[in-house]
Amino acid sequence: MQVPAQVEYEKATSIEHALTLLARYGSAARVLAGGHSLIPMMKLRLAQPEVLIDINGITDLCYINLTGAQLRIGTLTRHAQLLQSQIVGEHFAILHDAERVIADPIVRNWGTVGGSLCQADPSEDLSAAFAAMKGTMVIHGPDGSREVSAREFHTGPYETVVGPAEMLTEINLPIRPGGGSGYQKVSRRTGDWPVGAAGAAVWLSGDTIADAGIGLTAVGAIHFAAAEAEEYLRGRAATQETLATAGEIAAKSCRPVTDQRGPADYKRHLARELTTRALRLAVTRARGQAA
Amino acid sequence: MKVTVTVNNAEYVRDVEPRLLLIHLLRDELGLTGSHWGCDTSNCGACVVWLDETPVKSCTVLAVMADGRRVMTVEGLGSRAGLDPVQQGFTQCHGLQCGFCTPGMMLTARWLLDHNPDPSAAEVREAISGQICRCTGYENIVRAVLWAAKNGGTG
Repeated sequence: MQVPAQVEYEKATSIEHALTLLARYGSAARVLAGGHSLIPMMKLRLAQPEVLIDINGITDLCYINLTGAQLRIGTLTRHAQLLQSQIVGEHFAILHDAERVIADPIVRNWGTVGGSLCQADPSEDLSAAFAAMKGTMVIHGPDGSREVSAREFHTGPYETVVGPAEMLTEINLPIRPGGGSGYQKVSRRTGDWPVGAAGAAVWLSGDTIADAGIGLTAVGAIHFAAAEAEEYLRGRAATQETLATAGEIAAKSCRPVTDQRGPADYKRHLARELTTRALRLAVTRARGQAA
Repeated sequence: MKVTVTVNNAEYVRDVEPRLLLIHLLRDELGLTGSHWGCDTSNCGACVVWLDETPVKSCTVLAVMADGRRVMTVEGLGSRAGLDPVQQGFTQCHGLQCGFCTPGMMLTARWLLDHNPDPSAAEVREAISGQICRCTGYENIVRAVLWAAKNGGTG
């Protein structure tokens, strides 16, 4: 029987209340959102917070808004809500691609976007997707809010820049002209973490790649990104050869390790192939063609 | 900590430890043993119940998180007088073998049919993809849900 260790529980009623509680308990506390990463970690004693601060009652943190050229996603947005959102599908196909293969439909009903990001699992799909989209995280703390780019958010496996008295409140994604995106994942079965996965975003100017974003997960990519491959793509024509070369560069830049999900060389193969496929998908969508 | 939970339209007040999981509140405190406690790792789906409007895996939800919310278990699906169409489908199509996964499967099926009254077999498979039937009786489970869609409407 797996049960968490003894823990105190506080129910936050507003962002301010949650911040007050975080200031009071410091690093002894963990924010509890959907709990679908944290509670399993607590059962295994891999996480042993003394206090849980439940933010599920703060419905103000659950939203998907289009504001000007920004998509704003509240931290408490459930995976299923992201998957069901037409606005998300229209502007960020990568998120729908990713959400279709994150966990399973029941887990997606309660697991949250912010919870997944803050768990900072090195195999997390959304971390790669937001890295590819070059999103921004909004973090609230005792001194107000600050913004951190998606690529600075994670400082290592299971570690983020969010301090003990802070909480992630929102993810912003810029909507830029000529954009298209896609996500490709290989996993052993429904609900499992990826063996390897890649997300890609391109912004075309005519047939030239004005900018590109490549996110990688489960393959030891620094900040879930493939910066050298992005740099290679910038200013080049979006040909099949160019995209394939970018895939090769991405594979060389990551550091996969052998584990029960597969050997390192296979994961590196996946990094190359899935990056290329995700880029093709992104370009096809940016051109307004059916994927 | 005191929690107030409405389960199958009946209100319950209990004093629980914050670490108590919802599945154990339902089974051990409230005696509602229809929901099954399976893998304990949110993989198998035997413990699926509705929390407010959606199915969740109750081995990965704390009982205190359900405070002030509504829960529906298999005991709240249909009645002795009139089974839910999903339950009728499971009997008509032999959708259960050992029965362990059945409550969770039926609650997910009810939710699917509420949102998609005429699903394809592929959509049924997708809906139950987070739930495991260790008898591997998936064919009949899919048939049962499709039978309910055809014969029962929204219940």
